Amino acid sequence: MTDAAHDMVAKRAERLQAGLKQRYAKERRFKLYGILAVGVAVAFLLLLLGRIVEQGYTAFYAHSTTVPIYMDPERVDRAYPAGTNFNLMVAEQQLARFGIADDAQGTKATEMRGLFSSELKFQAADRIKADPSLIGKTVPITAPLSDDADLYFKGKISRDTPADQRRLSDEQIDWLDRLQAEGLVRSHFNGGLFTKGDSTEPELAGVLGALVGSALMLAVTALLAIPIGVAAAVYLEEFSPRNRISALIEVNINNLAAVPSIVYGLLGLALFINWMHLPRSSPLVGGLVLALMALPTIIIATRSSLKAVPPSIREAALAMGASKTQTVFQHVLPLAMPGVMTGAIISMAHALGETAPLLLIGMVSFVPGVPTGFDQPTGALPSLIYIWENASERAFHERTAAAILVLLAFMIVMNAAAIVLRRRFERRW
Amino acid sequence: MSWTFLPIVIVLAVIAFIGGRAVAARRARVTKAHSRPEQHGLYALIWVAFPALVVLLLVAMFAGSLEQRLLAAGAPAEVTALEPIREEAFFADARRLGAGQRTQQAWEQPFAELLPVEGVRAARIAQTVDFAGVVAALLAAALGGLFVFSQIRPDMRARNRVEGWVVGILFTCSALAVLTTVGIIASLLFDATRFFAAVPIQEFLFGTQWSPQIAIRADQVGSSGAFGALPLFAGTFLIMLIAMAVAAPIGLFAAIYLSEYAGRTSRAVIKPVLEILAGVPTVVYGFFAALTVGPAFREMFNGLGALLVGGPLDGIGQYLLLVQNQMALVAGAVMGIMLIPFVSSLSDDIINAVPQSLRDGSFAMGATKSETVKRVLLPAALPGVAGAMLLAMSRAIGETMIVTMAAGLAARLTLNPLDTVTTVTVQIVTLLTGDQEFDSPKTLAAFGLGLTLFVVTLMLNIVAQKIVQTYRQQYD
Repeated sequence: MTDAAHDMVAKRAERLQAGLKQRYAKERRFKLYGILAVGVAVAFLLLLLGRIVEQGYTAFYAHSTTVPIYMDPERVDRAYPAGTNFNLMVAEQQLARFGIADDAQGTKATEMRGLFSSELKFQAADRIKADPSLIGKTVPITAPLSDDADLYFKGKISRDTPADQRRLSDEQIDWLDRLQAEGLVRSHFNGGLFTKGDSTEPELAGVLGALVGSALMLAVTALLAIPIGVAAAVYLEEFSPRNRISALIEVNINNLAAVPSIVYGLLGLALFINWMHLPRSSPLVGGLVLALMALPTIIIATRSSLKAVPPSIREAALAMGASKTQTVFQHVLPLAMPGVMTGAIISMAHALGETAPLLLIGMVSFVPGVPTGFDQPTGALPSLIYIWENASERAFHERTAAAILVLLAFMIVMNAAAIVLRRRFERRW
Repeated sequence: MSWTFLPIVIVLAVIAFIGGRAVAARRARVTKAHSRPEQHGLYALIWVAFPALVVLLLVAMFAGSLEQRLLAAGAPAEVTALEPIREEAFFADARRLGAGQRTQQAWEQPFAELLPVEGVRAARIAQTVDFAGVVAALLAAALGGLFVFSQIRPDMRARNRVEGWVVGILFTCSALAVLTTVGIIASLLFDATRFFAAVPIQEFLFGTQWSPQIAIRADQVGSSGAFGALPLFAGTFLIMLIAMAVAAPIGLFAAIYLSEYAGRTSRAVIKPVLEILAGVPTVVYGFFAALTVGPAFREMFNGLGALLVGGPLDGIGQYLLLVQNQMALVAGAVMGIMLIPFVSSLSDDIINAVPQSLRDGSFAMGATKSETVKRVLLPAALPGVAGAMLLAMSRAIGETMIVTMAAGLAARLTLNPLDTVTTVTVQIVTLLTGDQEFDSPKTLAAFGLGLTLFVVTLMLNIVAQKIVQTYRQQYD
């Protein structure tokens, strides 16, 4: 071998080596992009959940105050206790107790009154109604503080911000500090969040109404969508002749699964409300709309789990003399049931979180209280979140986040149930 | 409501089942029967329950409009003289009053007096209709029962008949999907044509002015010029582009990593995480966009603007200082994140569907993994991935809550991602929440928009599904 030839081989090897190095670097970069992409997704999820927990956890506790009220016989009407302005009365008594003189317009009393929730008034009126002999006595009454006072104790309104940029005046903050120093303010678990309906006052607003509304709606959806969806899937997978009609139905179902949810809202508005005159904002209409929306998803999931049941099962049943219907309902469907349930639960979870169609059928209206029937106006958890997010009071922000946490908890429970079902009954044929 | 009658139907059906079974068993003692007594019982059950249920369903569907029509037929002259919308509202309130609920509006004098009278009449009509429905349902059940009990004989092929019914019911259920589509198209078309009668279609599609609030009354000046939807289409397109710019690369790379690089354990961790991301309701993304991403982006851009002001890029700096919380970029970016799991799971499927032999061949030629992915897998999977992207695009176009909460309401013909824009879905929500009049072009415009949205997403879906399906069959 000549030197020149040797040289060429060496040079080539060198070039290859260099090229290889480059290629490996490229390989590492490519893999890094993949990891980065996954990392971004995971980081985003953590950020999302973290921010919501951070904003929402404070809504799970609240501050209330126990103030002694002298039921002034001159002001409390024995016949009509609810007509008394208890909040103002309490405010004036507190001012007097603090030794602060009010001006002629009663400005200070008004400011003091702003620290207490209107719940105080109802509590006091109820007590008097139950026992009129309390008039003239001093009665301690426990009621939530107003949303701003609550936010102050939670550290969300700070004395350090300039006075014109916060919702509490310096004086009000002084009074709150004084109340707290006297031990009249207590922090406790915010049970009202789970036992009350919506309210215009943040400190009194709860998610129960929306929760019940969502549950009623989901009941309608499940009762309609699951049996119909499973039946449709059974027909398409097991009975339908392979002709143009069933091909049409199939294409149709795939398309329906991808129709934007708001279009279902338009359908519900036109069909159920304008045409059938079903009651607006009711769980019935909401459930119907969500059922139409969930139907294609359930059909697709059921079909794929029916497909997974091997033909040998069907053949064995048929060979034993079972009819087609018996084969399907007594052998194939029970074996496909775990998959069907998984699909159903996942689609119900989706229906639970769906918002846009609910906005169109009037579920954004303010509904205090808890719905009692399928035709009563009601809210739903996602639409409540939407309403609260748009509310101007700052205290609603933490409540929005708390409502989201409640919604997410339900979704996670449902999805976990679906995963457990899948794991537990997963069968390889 | 006649639904309270449902339990009675169930009881009747159960009685029919037991009765049918007993009758069949007794008659079968004489000769050998074709079907088991239970199957006769089921047959009886179907014939009792089905007619009654059909009647109930019809009553539920048509009772409302029937009551309205009966009310209108016997209404006093003052009410019929009202314009149709007000008349309808009056009857709605009368029915509410009749049902013991409070009215929705306050009515002025002649009507305020008429209302209680009409309310009583409405209650009576409702009662009559309900009663008639129940009687009709009972009658239907009785007729069905008579028919079926005359049929039960030992040689009747009850099993075959029951199974025929079962298949029929199954077919009806799957036909419901088609009916839903028909319903969507019919309801959209019906109201959209009414809208297009007031606003010419080319005006709607190509007009550049969108301000539906102006045209509350038809006789107002400029009422027809305010329905140019081009800014909405531009806004929708812009947000969709931003969303895809986020979702497409991240989703695709995540899918490649999951299917080609990730080991068993990391796959087992990452997949559920992506599934959670996919399961988060969109209203939560909207909240997150509005409360966290929006302010963060604004601060970032304002900070950037503060740096640039006074420098050579002073104009841009001044502009960046004025950027608000609500902008197309925020909605698009958050929507992109929402779409990541969607893109990644679809692409994952498609990349996994590429046969192993192609990978092995590439590795055998000495290619690295990334080269295999770039030169072999992606070209092979390209049509499928394109289909997945189209599906994601149609999702982005139809997404409502994130943009409603994060992109603003200003209808503006712009491609600047820092502007507030509005989209088709947002406008549908704005048009249909709050006070509604069902005959004004303002409300009907929502159906015009809905129709456009439906057609566009439908096209995208059909094309995408065609692509995905043809691609999947290629290797099978």
